[in-house]
Amino acid sequence: MASGVERGSGPPLLRMTGIRKSFPGVLAVDGVDLEVAPGEIHALLGENGAGKSTLLKILAGAQLPDEGSIELDGRPIEILSPHDAQEQGIVTIYQEFNLVPTLTVAENVFIGREPTRGGWIDWGRMRRETRAIMDRVGLALSPDRLVSDLSVAEQQMVEIAKALAIQSRLIIMDEPTSALAEGEVARLFAICRDLQAAGIAVIFVSHRLDEVKQLCDRLTVLRDGQLVGSAAVADVSIEDIIRMMVGRDVERLFKQRNVHRAGEPALRVEGLHASGDPRDTFATQLRGINLEVRHGEIVGLAGLVGAGRTELARAVFGADRIDAGRVLVEGVPVQPGSPRRAIAAGIGLVPEDRKQQALFLALAVRLNLSIAALDRLCGRLGFIDRGAETAMVEEYRERLNIRMPSADVAVGNLSGGNQQKVVLARWLALQPKVLIVDEPTRGIDVAAKAEVHQLLYELADSGIAVLAISSELPEIMTISDRILTMREGRLTGELPIADATEEKLMQLMTMGRERAA
Amino acid sequence: MSTETPAAAPANFDLFSFLAKFAPLIFLLVLMGVFALLEPRFLSPLNLFNVMRQVSIYGLLAIGMTFVILTRGIDLSVGSLLAFAGLVAAAVAKGGFESRFAVGTAAEAAGYGWFLAMLAALAVGVVCGGLQGLAITKLKVPPFVVTLGGMSAFRGAALLFAGGGPVSGFDDAYRWWGQGYIGPIPVPVVIFAIAAIIAAIALRYTRFGRNVYAVGGNPEAARLSGLDVDRITLSVYVIIGFMAGLGGFVLSARLNSAEAVAGLTYELTVIAGVVIGGTSLFGGIGTIFGTVIGTLLIGVLLNGLVLNNVSSYVQQIIIGVIIVLAVAFDTFAKSRRKRA
Repeated sequence: MASGVERGSGPPLLRMTGIRKSFPGVLAVDGVDLEVAPGEIHALLGENGAGKSTLLKILAGAQLPDEGSIELDGRPIEILSPHDAQEQGIVTIYQEFNLVPTLTVAENVFIGREPTRGGWIDWGRMRRETRAIMDRVGLALSPDRLVSDLSVAEQQMVEIAKALAIQSRLIIMDEPTSALAEGEVARLFAICRDLQAAGIAVIFVSHRLDEVKQLCDRLTVLRDGQLVGSAAVADVSIEDIIRMMVGRDVERLFKQRNVHRAGEPALRVEGLHASGDPRDTFATQLRGINLEVRHGEIVGLAGLVGAGRTELARAVFGADRIDAGRVLVEGVPVQPGSPRRAIAAGIGLVPEDRKQQALFLALAVRLNLSIAALDRLCGRLGFIDRGAETAMVEEYRERLNIRMPSADVAVGNLSGGNQQKVVLARWLALQPKVLIVDEPTRGIDVAAKAEVHQLLYELADSGIAVLAISSELPEIMTISDRILTMREGRLTGELPIADATEEKLMQLMTMGRERAA
Repeated sequence: MSTETPAAAPANFDLFSFLAKFAPLIFLLVLMGVFALLEPRFLSPLNLFNVMRQVSIYGLLAIGMTFVILTRGIDLSVGSLLAFAGLVAAAVAKGGFESRFAVGTAAEAAGYGWFLAMLAALAVGVVCGGLQGLAITKLKVPPFVVTLGGMSAFRGAALLFAGGGPVSGFDDAYRWWGQGYIGPIPVPVVIFAIAAIIAAIALRYTRFGRNVYAVGGNPEAARLSGLDVDRITLSVYVIIGFMAGLGGFVLSARLNSAEAVAGLTYELTVIAGVVIGGTSLFGGIGTIFGTVIGTLLIGVLLNGLVLNNVSSYVQQIIIGVIIVLAVAFDTFAKSRRKRA
């Protein structure tokens, strides 16, 4: 791949050539080249399963390539371990956090590199430097807070702070923005530009192509483990990038939903209060939530990170305790505090974090898909009707276009998009009246995202009431019939889709309280 | 075997996962070959049935332990509970607590018979197992701690109950459960086989079995999928309690005696068998088939060592090393699953 690097005339900072890596049964990366210039922000793109993660793990020293060479500043290097990578100035911010939840922010930022004085840890210096770095990422967190008490977005910022604290030449960011809301994303972009100015290169992986357009200089696209090409970001349109990633034309990939007439109320929430986890003083408290979702309607729930969207979803589903208020399905109150009862009443929840909260990663797709619907598949004595189960799995495999080698493969071996489809299928199999989806397309590729949207439309058309949470405003504006906004545990506004603009939503999400007061 | 478990089988052939699956079986066959060469007596039907009969008691406990470990739990109290339940069964067979030391045919005739004795042993097992399950689910005490407490408490109860001596001398019908044969096969072996088949079917074909895998695979996901995680967790401790009760009864019948020191260090042997059989201590992965092979492997190893005059101290060292190696293998397999 003769992709000359325009920026500067010297050798590229990083040159990977002919990288090949296979796992049992899969050729994950097949002869890929990658060049990154000093001070360049380089986007690495591709659908899930395209080989991005493997390539990044090789750079981070977490995996060794089977073939290929890596050069830094024109001299060949070998990266045998994460420690080697750090020595070479290559720092990775993983999509899944590598923080120790039982340690403080400062201890995490300096883990393995604690400043010492006479053999003892210099706590004063550690706190001071942590505070300085946290200021730089724009998060006024006490260095002594425990990481387990932080929100997902805050943890992501700590992860970024940790990378900044290391002397680095190349920082790899694997979907750093998927856990962040708009304000924090802007902050992160500013940090990236600072790094760029200091001559540090960034490899940026994101599924949000508008961010790539906004931030990056060059991009490299992978598909099915192979190199599709590299280009200057300025020379290509988002449609071009999608075509490179998907390998086919996807002009109308994200269709707006046809305006739809909503039916009778399916879900009602009345006066919901919840104080959150008592051990976590920073937990968002839900205060006086009233809302209604009708049959056949998709209601979007928008808010910044920490606004209480996930807390609301979990409270309605009975996953967390509530202090006051009630939840009704078709006018019948649901006993609070038990997902089991919520499910029996007809509520389903696709949680925010599918790996931690939804999937049994080491277990078969079959089990993952049918686990909530087993009552329906069981005869007397609790024997599972395997034929009916296989038919169910087959039905949803076809309907949701789940790509899997067989129903007995571990769900953890599927790509993110297919994993998410399995979670959705689990709830569809129960035929719920209300489906709450929390970040339904987080970390999944463009094509799968469009499929998930289409599926949500079909569900709503079939009469299910859908409450959808997303941190991506464009997504909320694409899929919703009506949008509710939250801030600091309160609902702050409601907009029919016809009146919704990003500006109006941002206003309600950031200033709603004053307005409501 | 490839469909033995709801856990995954990779799409393509993979030497590592093949080995991971069949390693215990291969190791068992190799071990038997080696012992046969070293000591021809090893392969005699008498000895093989002897091994099987010894293994049966471990096997019953190991079946229960498989359920427990599949839910990420552990039960250290099985040996103590087995002794306690055996003593209670023996006392019932003797006509009650007061007359438990009576001997002779008159005393045998005065008892309540094997059936009530067995029921009593099972009841003790189920109640004690259930209490531990409640402590784990309601008081949220980790299984390791609860059953470590149980290990001490049930042993104490057994010692108190025995009052210093063994309870011995049962009628023929009682002893048949430990010493009898059905055709050429010793009764304990038949009991073990039936229990293994029922457990394998329950784990593989029923909703309960699925729920056990799910709770061990990801407890939070299980809760959010509407499973009653506490009830499922409680029931696995009831199951292992039941198995300890049954084991205590069969052991007392085989030895024609129940004593408070029965079942000492059984928990180690049993956990070793389960883990060697491929059940992951991290939960969610494992099969009854694996547990049967793993338990046979331990039984054959111990028997072969005895036949070759290896001292019992050395045997203990070998068992200890094997447990650590088996868990090391499990950890290695887990990291491979993660990376794949």
